[in-house]
Amino acid sequence: MPKDHGIGASSKRREDVRFLTGKGVYTDDLALHGEVHAVMVRSTVAHGSIKAVGTARAAGMPGVLAVFTGEDFAAVGGNPAGWLINSRDGTPMREPKRPVLAHGKVRHVGDAYAAVVAETYEQARDAAQAVSDDSEITELPAIVDMAAAVANPGNRVHDEIPDNLCFDWGWIEDNRAAVDAAIKAAPHVTTLELVNNRLVPNAMEPRASIGEYFPGTGDYKLTTTSQNPHLTRLLIAAFVMGIPENKLQVVAPDVGGGFGSKIYHYGEEAVVLAAAKKLARPVRWTAERSESFLSDAHGRDHVTKIELACEKDGTFIAFRTETLANVGAYLSNFSTATPTFLHGTLMAGPYKVPNVYVNVKTVFTNTAPVDAYRGAGRPEATFSLERVVDKMCRELGLDPFEVRRKNLITKDMFPYTTPVGLAYDTGDYQATLDKAIAMADVAGFEARRAASAAKGKLRGMGLSTWIEACGIAPSHLVGVLGSRVGLYDAATVRVNATGSISVMTGAHSHGQGHETVFAQIVADKLGIPESSVEIVHGDTAKIPFGMGSYGSRSLAVCGVAMAKAVDKIIAKGKKIAAHMLEAAEGDITFEDGKFAVAGTDKAKTFGEIAFSAYVPHNYPLETLEPGLEETSFYDPANFTYPAGAYLCEVEVDAETGKVDIAAFRCADDFGNIMNPMIVEGQVHGGVGQGIGQALLENTHYDENGQLLTGSFMDYAMPRADDVPFYNVDYSCQTPCTHNPLGVKGCGEAGAIGSPPAVVNAVIDALHRGGHSHVTHIDMPVSPSRVWSAING
Amino acid sequence: MKLSDSREIGADPATVWAAILNPEVLKECIPGCESMTGSIETGYEAAVVQKVGPVKAHFTGIVQLTDIVEGRSLRISGEGKGGVAGFAKGGANVTLEPIPSGTRLSYDVEASVGGKIAQLGSRIIDGFARKMADDFFTRFQKAVEDPVEEEPAAAGTETAMDGEEKQRGWFKRLIGG
Repeated sequence: MPKDHGIGASSKRREDVRFLTGKGVYTDDLALHGEVHAVMVRSTVAHGSIKAVGTARAAGMPGVLAVFTGEDFAAVGGNPAGWLINSRDGTPMREPKRPVLAHGKVRHVGDAYAAVVAETYEQARDAAQAVSDDSEITELPAIVDMAAAVANPGNRVHDEIPDNLCFDWGWIEDNRAAVDAAIKAAPHVTTLELVNNRLVPNAMEPRASIGEYFPGTGDYKLTTTSQNPHLTRLLIAAFVMGIPENKLQVVAPDVGGGFGSKIYHYGEEAVVLAAAKKLARPVRWTAERSESFLSDAHGRDHVTKIELACEKDGTFIAFRTETLANVGAYLSNFSTATPTFLHGTLMAGPYKVPNVYVNVKTVFTNTAPVDAYRGAGRPEATFSLERVVDKMCRELGLDPFEVRRKNLITKDMFPYTTPVGLAYDTGDYQATLDKAIAMADVAGFEARRAASAAKGKLRGMGLSTWIEACGIAPSHLVGVLGSRVGLYDAATVRVNATGSISVMTGAHSHGQGHETVFAQIVADKLGIPESSVEIVHGDTAKIPFGMGSYGSRSLAVCGVAMAKAVDKIIAKGKKIAAHMLEAAEGDITFEDGKFAVAGTDKAKTFGEIAFSAYVPHNYPLETLEPGLEETSFYDPANFTYPAGAYLCEVEVDAETGKVDIAAFRCADDFGNIMNPMIVEGQVHGGVGQGIGQALLENTHYDENGQLLTGSFMDYAMPRADDVPFYNVDYSCQTPCTHNPLGVKGCGEAGAIGSPPAVVNAVIDALHRGGHSHVTHIDMPVSPSRVWSAING
Repeated sequence: MKLSDSREIGADPATVWAAILNPEVLKECIPGCESMTGSIETGYEAAVVQKVGPVKAHFTGIVQLTDIVEGRSLRISGEGKGGVAGFAKGGANVTLEPIPSGTRLSYDVEASVGGKIAQLGSRIIDGFARKMADDFFTRFQKAVEDPVEEEPAAAGTETAMDGEEKQRGWFKRLIGG
């Protein structure tokens, strides 16, 4: 019988009641007295020299209150990169200033170079048109292609960076010689060149921000679409505007999806704050969908050459990769970590390969900034690895299941230190592989293939055995790796006088379901109803200093902080109970919501203890403070390492090139499961995005740097009929060894593990259908690409 | 985007050449042109309204005639700024050669767009540019060719004629009269 409440129960998501009935409150839903509207003026060219920003006419237009240009922010700081990466030669990365509004040059289509504030939205738009008409921007040759950007040092995105290179990173540089030698001596080397296609995040809610300034106190308030209000406040305070943190409140109310794109601080947030101060009125800005396409941080965009060296029996000897990673026009906050420490460190996969070397050159181009997007670096690593493994199996005529089984790290080898710097604490990769095979009825595949063939379709099966590092994570480690912040998280558990509980979390929930699952954990540990627990998040004035939600970290970091705070509550409750029950503290037990003297029927309920803490008439005041509220900061000892095996079956129509997903099976190890329904939802969403990347989504800039896939007419998002019924299993559980909940995180897994499974399945279908000349098709594996591959 | 085409015009090359250099003709032939001022030497300032897919915009810009080889070839180029809607720019290399029936006018057009027009309209840009070039040279042809050949024969059909029909051959009449 499954649990009906607490840890492990599929409690229904309480937040969905408001989300599904239109009662959520998002930034754009807030209406403030006296508010005015900001509209950004964005570059229509990819690269241009700003000769003049014509503000005079706009400033005199009806309702216009202020016009801002890059000049107005020239004296404030730039929006920084969060990670400092050193090149192979030890030199630090090139970090050009990212201004609030473009100054001197515009560097991508959509780069905002002015902002207009007016009484109404329409007036602001009209004035923005006037600024655009009256400005003089001389178009410069656009730098779009990464290889050309590096090879053509005369044409520069940033004048001070001659080769458009941010850094040339080697991981681990000391491995390089050994890896080169191993590959040279290997009996077989498979080489694959591939593109990891650029994606637009397309959260359902576009970015939006409201700035407020209170002249009476000098306080600022920013309401914004953020995954991490404290991080946003830190960036604005310490780097960009110099507003003291104590004078700036950042609120992220209901947020309609982030997928990484709302981690970062964006210039519009600084503009609305500056405008609010200047005008002493609330200033609001909401992105149009067109603006989101142009100005949200995009994801992926790697071009990689990977080599796999092995024995003739498929035993891995070495992996070596060379990657060009696009960071776009400016360094977004996590952009330097994504292609490096969230990518290179995962390049050993779940395999016992002795030699791995990763080289990443990160390139500036006249395109929107690129940063972490669901999976962030790990999907790129997984795709490269799982594709090259599959190609090797075909080249050597080996079974892809057996090759993986032969090379997977085995259960008895943990903790396992990889050649690329990570120590996997626990796992059982054979178990998830076996599970996936059983779920997929691999033995029955031939009959299904024959049935597809009878319909004129080519059927194929693709495997991906993936691993990721998440729950980011240990500050001591990320500090060594170049992070400029710590990556702990925090929670405060406040027991109210009447026994109900408010939990303030550093993590932010924008679809993940924290309000439900965090309450389950607290309720379970305290033996009280889930409905007595409220999760408060998203307001720097209410929550402790946590680093927010990304990198599948909310549960594994913030959730653990919360559990530890609950432990402190229980410990204090025992002291109070010992006093009330006139027993020794060591004799007090806590179970099912009752503090009891061991071996007796003397007990106090949790509610009685809470009341006593706030009405301390009979209370050990001389040794114990009243109140029952505890905060815990938790900084984990290691990343967590979810892993799994995904099996995809596709049917390909060779006449049209259309790929249909026939079945998708996921066998994941997420450690202990807090809410199975939410885990399944996370996997469904992640796999859906992975299928989107594999089959549909692509971001295309033309040679002039114009975004040609800038609307939902041209950018193909997955729809319900593009994705299959998912079979999701999470029964293979090796609990994380270094956090007390034993959890690993599941938010990004689907997007990491699924793309290579899809592409491997398509290649398999083509091979089984006699098109064995096709060794690779870049994503998205669209009908035209499949058809061209078949007929090419 | 690039396209090439040619058409045969029932007028001698000198007439066609004179028409190309005539700003009134240019103004009438540029689809959506609302005003045009200037000269060959300085270039013309033009205001054009066009709808590209979902984006309708007022463009202001410069039309220039360059690379002029008297009576033989020239380049017509234009760049229009539509503010937040983006921009369009392009040119046509035009060559005239005599043929028995009059003049063969050949053109190579290249065009590009930017900003919101590119973002929302890229799917239809090729078709749009082709239509713009087609419209331009069709209007041009009609302006130059003999009105007699094109004029509807029967009386009473005037109500069926649109403005474009009425303009047919007006240039020929102008210089001929």
